[in-house]
Amino acid sequence: MEKFLDLTYNGLSSGAVYAALALSLVIIFQATRLVNFAQPAFALVSAYTAFAVIQATDSYWLGFGAALVVGALAGALVERVVIRPIASKSELNAIIVTLGLLLVVQGVIGMVWGSREHGLRYAFDYKGDFSPADVFAVASIAVVAVLVFVLYRFSPLGLRMRAAAFRPEAARLSGVKVGLMLTAGWAIASTIGALAGMLAGPPFLSPHSFDLVFVFAITAAVIGGLDSPFGAILGGLLMGLAMSYVSGYVGPEVATLAALVVVVLVLSLRPDGILSRPKARKV
Amino acid sequence: MSTEPILRVEGLDLHYGPVQALHGITLSVPPEGMCAVLGANGAGKTTLLRALSGLHKVSSGKVLLEGEDITRLPAERIITRGLAHVPEGGGVIAELTVEENLRLGGLWRSSRTDKKAMAEVLELFPPLAERRKRPSSTLSGGERQMLAIGRALMAKPRVLLLDEPSLGLAPLITQQIFDLLRDLRKSSGLTVVLVEQNAAGALATTEHGFVLNQGKVAVSGASDELLSDERTRHAYLGF
Ligand SMILES: Nc1ncnc2c1ncn2[C@@H]1O[C@H](COP(=O)(O)OP(=O)(O)OP(=O)(O)O)[C@@H](O)[C@H]1O
Ligand SMILES: [Mg+2]
Repeated sequence: MEKFLDLTYNGLSSGAVYAALALSLVIIFQATRLVNFAQPAFALVSAYTAFAVIQATDSYWLGFGAALVVGALAGALVERVVIRPIASKSELNAIIVTLGLLLVVQGVIGMVWGSREHGLRYAFDYKGDFSPADVFAVASIAVVAVLVFVLYRFSPLGLRMRAAAFRPEAARLSGVKVGLMLTAGWAIASTIGALAGMLAGPPFLSPHSFDLVFVFAITAAVIGGLDSPFGAILGGLLMGLAMSYVSGYVGPEVATLAALVVVVLVLSLRPDGILSRPKARKV
Repeated sequence: MSTEPILRVEGLDLHYGPVQALHGITLSVPPEGMCAVLGANGAGKTTLLRALSGLHKVSSGKVLLEGEDITRLPAERIITRGLAHVPEGGGVIAELTVEENLRLGGLWRSSRTDKKAMAEVLELFPPLAERRKRPSSTLSGGERQMLAIGRALMAKPRVLLLDEPSLGLAPLITQQIFDLLRDLRKSSGLTVVLVEQNAAGALATTEHGFVLNQGKVAVSGASDELLSDERTRHAYLGF
């Protein structure tokens, strides 16, 4: 029983990270119809920024704040400079470009900081079952989920963003600056990616810190349905729990395989994900 | 009432790639009136409206709204100058609720929902009031067209371009919408430009008509004259 609780706590806190990354994927997918493989690059850039700021100032929270700001700016910049010129030409190109961007960012980070590991602090004490650091991870993703929901559902900005995503032309005729809304979507998504980086980064950062985490996050997003923010969060938490139980009871070496099995199972039962709306949307 | 045209189009040319769709369109719309733009399928009616509202780039020529040149402004700016466009099919955003669609229309004026404007629009279209919280995808064709017009009215335009509001609607509902537009013009001084396939109905509702043919203004004149002119009717309007 104690082992089960242990694994559950673990699963929830790593699931929170998958949920955050999956949510950031869904936000970009909803705005741009693009699976953004560069998402871990935002997490990396942000986490390394935090590492540098913490080293310079010795303040964790300054580093945390800097990570979020840099994440937001990086997302906006990438949408403006890299994605926008290509996305209109071909969706496949854009996906390949996001993959390329990830490799470039990993390469540049390796050149600047080296490929060896750097220590990154946890926000709070991480020892013990459901440590303060775990609580922080789960609580912060809960807060983000609520904020994203309120933003999209109730704020004027959210209404503009949804209109721009669903019917760009109708949105323009109502005065919505569609391009700006895309940039805003990328900035929000990459800020959440930065948060995921701060949660998943510790204790050690390397250019490949987020590779496996990202594989689980994509899995979570696909399980949840790429179109459903709540599906992404639920998918993330389920992935976290499933991976934790599998590595705990069966062995860590089968965790990745288990992820695959979960995807295949979910997608064969519900091809559009667990929470996706029943009718397909015409794009 | 001033007689200066509220909307003037001067020598408008527009190309789709190498194909020229509009050829030197010149027309004037008097204020607080209703005018019809007619013509066969493919005559260029939709293209003209899309050029006016900024959805299409024009090759040459000018669009003047109340004397101001709006030719090169993008659609999202033109709405803020007072020209609204209900596109072919309405452009209602099915994924949003009725109320969200309406709110969207007024957002450019203020981030706060304009409760008064919303109440006015809902009063104009009682079926929408009953369905405020519903997804727009559940509306009937006529209700959707009402929502499309309502959303445009939320922007408080001075000129409203309507692209075939009667498309797919029963004649009775079409007539109701035409009547409503006439009332609006009287009550709020709105100028309406109506693109229609249903030439007889449109000419009966408007004061002035333009007939497009192959991207050119073929005939223009007072609606009742167009309606009674046998040659025009036979050559362009098919009735
Ligand atoms: N996006 C486009 N690309 C290329 N050609 C176009 C495009 N839209 C319209 N055309 C062409 O321009 C011409 C005018 O089309 P338009 O849609 O303006 O006609 P319309 O008068 O609105 O017709 P309808 O009554 O059928 O709606 C047609 O020959 C059409 O094939
Ligand atoms: Mg048309």
